[in-house]
Amino acid sequence: MKKYTDTGKKDTRSGFGAGLLIAGKADERIVALTADLKGSLKMDAFAKEFPERFFQCGIAEANMVGAAAGLALTGKIPFIGSFAEFVTGRVYDQIRQEVSYGKTNVKIASSHAGITLGEDGATHQTMEDIALMRALPEMVVINPCDYNQTVQATLAAAKYEGPVYLRFGRPSVPNFTPEDEPFVIGKAIVLNEGSDVTLIACGHTVWESLLAAEALEAEGIKAEVINMATIKPLDEEAIIKSAKKTGAVVVSEEHNLAGGLGEAVSAVLARECPTPMVFVNGQDKFGQSGTPSALMAAYGLDAPHIAEAAKKAIAKK
Amino acid sequence: MAKTNAELQQIATQVRRDILRMVCMAKSGHPGGSMSSTDILTALYFNEMQQDPATWRRDGKGQDIFILSAGHMTPVYYSILARNGYFPVSELASFRQMGTRLQGHPSVRKNLPGIFQASGSLGQGLSAAAGAALGKKLDKDDNFVWCLCGDGESEEGQIWEAGMFAVFHKLDNLIAMTDWNGKQIDGPVEEVAGEGDLAAKWEAWGWRVIVADGHDFDSIQQAFALAKAGKGSGVPTMILFKSEMGHGVDFMAGTHKWHGSVPKPEQLEDALKQLGETPLGDF
Repeated sequence: MKKYTDTGKKDTRSGFGAGLLIAGKADERIVALTADLKGSLKMDAFAKEFPERFFQCGIAEANMVGAAAGLALTGKIPFIGSFAEFVTGRVYDQIRQEVSYGKTNVKIASSHAGITLGEDGATHQTMEDIALMRALPEMVVINPCDYNQTVQATLAAAKYEGPVYLRFGRPSVPNFTPEDEPFVIGKAIVLNEGSDVTLIACGHTVWESLLAAEALEAEGIKAEVINMATIKPLDEEAIIKSAKKTGAVVVSEEHNLAGGLGEAVSAVLARECPTPMVFVNGQDKFGQSGTPSALMAAYGLDAPHIAEAAKKAIAKK
Repeated sequence: MAKTNAELQQIATQVRRDILRMVCMAKSGHPGGSMSSTDILTALYFNEMQQDPATWRRDGKGQDIFILSAGHMTPVYYSILARNGYFPVSELASFRQMGTRLQGHPSVRKNLPGIFQASGSLGQGLSAAAGAALGKKLDKDDNFVWCLCGDGESEEGQIWEAGMFAVFHKLDNLIAMTDWNGKQIDGPVEEVAGEGDLAAKWEAWGWRVIVADGHDFDSIQQAFALAKAGKGSGVPTMILFKSEMGHGVDFMAGTHKWHGSVPKPEQLEDALKQLGETPLGDF
């Protein structure tokens, strides 16, 4: 199979911070706001370079969303940053009214998403955020897989006219996608071609899917791996094409089943070409304290679980 | 040229007629708060705001921006906009009807001129106004951002988050107004939530606070002038307009019962008789 090399572990949130600085240099309309999480969101470099375009909101997320909408109204391109739970669930109505229905060009930068937030535990580990944001009409939902792709996704979000939910994480993870590959919103990337089973993933489970594909290859199973970094709008063509080829699909995500990528993919396949599927996700549970890697294993989101799911999917053919 | 108090009064009377006829035609809507804020918005749009329907754009560049935080007060808002020339007065008849641009609460998705931001989920407009004021500062645009809130609405915590933010970021180009009519849908504000002394609260929050009579055009316009004089102080201004829900019609005045209720045909007739006709004419 195609070989991918980890060029050194990095956190995707740092990819956001780097992307924000590049975008800010290229376009002076870009402004950034945070609710007391500048450091956690890696917004320091932008804040240092553009102090007049950086706004601290204090621990008041609801107002941050509204203020960003007001800034967008005057032609600015605001990025609001907080933890995934606090920039979705806590302010769902504000996003719905001010950003989504209000048609304001606000970018929601959502860090520490999913179980890999780690030790802080379930209060901070949202596995429902994709569902909330996907449910909003017209909202673009992106969950890049590594540092390089997060830099590029941030640049793409800045250029896109309209609300974007950009989801990334806290832990350092392998960095393996090309540094200079422009991010195309709504376009899936086939990382490895295969004929026996399709592994669709987003965010941190993309690397795990590649590891799973390697393990499967050793057993003679050819897995196709698709990085579905854009969850909405979904690249339906890529899903259908691959499903028709392999006849079995596994979708993995650091999110619960309800409203996540898995359900989005299953809706496409149910409509266009019903295919045996297995879902790898947080199921219907809350998280708990632990290290990111221990949690990924405990919640069945790592490579061995994805490989096992692939075999189950193939057995359903 | 500035309108005289008599001219403003005539417009306000016509706007109140519009409000009642709109909600009666739609058989739904919120007349009470619309009537308590009629005089405030009449003075604002016809004498105070830097705005021009002919060159209006949503980003408000080079003009004042107005955000109606208490979004249910669409009857007064739409009437004021139409009477100001943003869209044909005849369109008021479509209020809340299927396919209308005059949605129950303000929408930016119907191509209705004059609407800067969607509102209706309470407590959110002041944040958007603060953000817009920040945007104007970044653009070195000297115009003001105005925002009208309800006193019932001010029970929402986000209003106070916005209040802190506006002071911290020194938004002296932000003029917030509260239609302090003391009533909300379930009853008097003091009986529903015990909101207390709004003037003391906003002062404690660090705002310049002006209390004015929301039904006296001299008082309203003095408050506007005083508020605008705060530019350069680095402090946002809140004008608390003492007002009366349902003002202008005896059986509607001073009670919460008309917050979201519609007069019966005979009540409408009585109300319109009390208000009297104006040369501006009904839609």
